[in-house]
Amino acid sequence: MLRVENLKIGSLPPLSFEVAGAECLAVEGPSGAGKSRLLRAIADLDPVRGHISVDGASQREMPAASWRRLVRYAAAEPVWWTDTVRQGLPGGPAGAARIQRMMAALNLDPRLLDAPLALLSTGERQRFALIRALVDEPRVLLLDEPTAALDPANAALVEEMIRYQLLAGKSVLIASHDRGLLARLAHQRLQLARPVLPARGGRAA
Amino acid sequence: MTYLPLELPGLALASALLVVSGAISVAFRLGLEKSISMAALRMVIQLAIVALVLKFIFEVDAPVWTGLFAIAMLAAVAYEVTSRQDRRIRGWQAFLVGAGAPFVAGLAATLFATMAVIGNEPWYAPRYLLPILGMMLGNALSGVALVLDTITEGAARERAVIETRLALGEPRFEAMGGVLGRGLKTGLMPILTAMAATGIVSLPGMMTGQILAGVSPVQAAKYQVMILFLISGATALAVLMAGLGAILLLSDDRHRLRLERLTAPRTTA
Repeated sequence: MLRVENLKIGSLPPLSFEVAGAECLAVEGPSGAGKSRLLRAIADLDPVRGHISVDGASQREMPAASWRRLVRYAAAEPVWWTDTVRQGLPGGPAGAARIQRMMAALNLDPRLLDAPLALLSTGERQRFALIRALVDEPRVLLLDEPTAALDPANAALVEEMIRYQLLAGKSVLIASHDRGLLARLAHQRLQLARPVLPARGGRAA
Repeated sequence: MTYLPLELPGLALASALLVVSGAISVAFRLGLEKSISMAALRMVIQLAIVALVLKFIFEVDAPVWTGLFAIAMLAAVAYEVTSRQDRRIRGWQAFLVGAGAPFVAGLAATLFATMAVIGNEPWYAPRYLLPILGMMLGNALSGVALVLDTITEGAARERAVIETRLALGEPRFEAMGGVLGRGLKTGLMPILTAMAATGIVSLPGMMTGQILAGVSPVQAAKYQVMILFLISGATALAVLMAGLGAILLLSDDRHRLRLERLTAPRTTA
């Protein structure tokens, strides 16, 4: 259970909401409304005021690195800094098996693991970035435009993967302009638009 | 061999060579006449002042004055470090890193030299302490300026990479390891090149000076070797301190990248 209390993002009114395990929250709003900033703040990538906890464990009381292994932010633009995907993914036999399963589920050729990253398409890089975000099994997923660079067939595979994460009990927050995706996955919605109040649980600080 | 003092008529004769650069500027309409004369004038005035101050300090030979001169050098270092960077890190801590790293490293190397290597008595004799400190500071300063510039520029350019690595749960020194490594390498490059090229491309200024002053070339070379060892040590230490400091200042205790602490890029006039 992810709990957010009085989170202050830019000029938005303080946000408070909860996302239980196996539950999906859609974060909606026009570009610049603060969707990415909200997800980044939950991952503790930007300094903001407010209280955030997972299963009662507060963000502030946990080392930053441990928090981000628990609460994983996957940016809209997939970024890689190694020569091949394999070098950029965590090693270990358990991880390798999971990576293989997820690659098969996302229609990624095993040979791509060792191909030069520059030769991969944007969509392939985005799907690998999703695998990278999921492989160490974080409890809370903060997905920023997870299907933006994908054709409909691959977007459907990613949607399936997110649904599987929900079945496995993860809390998922999705910021996206894809209304269909949000309609099919989301259990609750958070509308970010100035000066409208958040859809649920908003209250003054 | 004896030392031949240079007198003012000789200096005037040498200054005639300045006319050559002025003539080139006029002939090719470079418009540099004014800059050339200003630069030359500055050099003469600065060196004259330093010479007179050093003469005074050597004569009184009092630790207080030696210390004051060292503090003046620190101020110059602090000014140089900040003025050499395109994007500075805001705040007094950044100032402390930029000026403190060269000074601590330079002072450590200098004290090591006067106390252990040369063994002059007393160890704070200004004739040894101040010139060596100056050489240490100058080189450590160049290294630190390069490190800070490389790291601030790299962190801004690789923001997405660093933040992705942080989001995947890497601590800040790991996530910024690429930037740090490149910064340290860049900072150490000049002294490595200098050591490898010394004696082939150029005779170092200090060695030339000692030879002109009548010291045997072998003795002068020994001194130069010692100085280069000291410089490499001081530069390495200063570069490391500044690099680690810059990473700490560009991130916070929650391992977030804090690029808003950088000043805006300087517009080149």
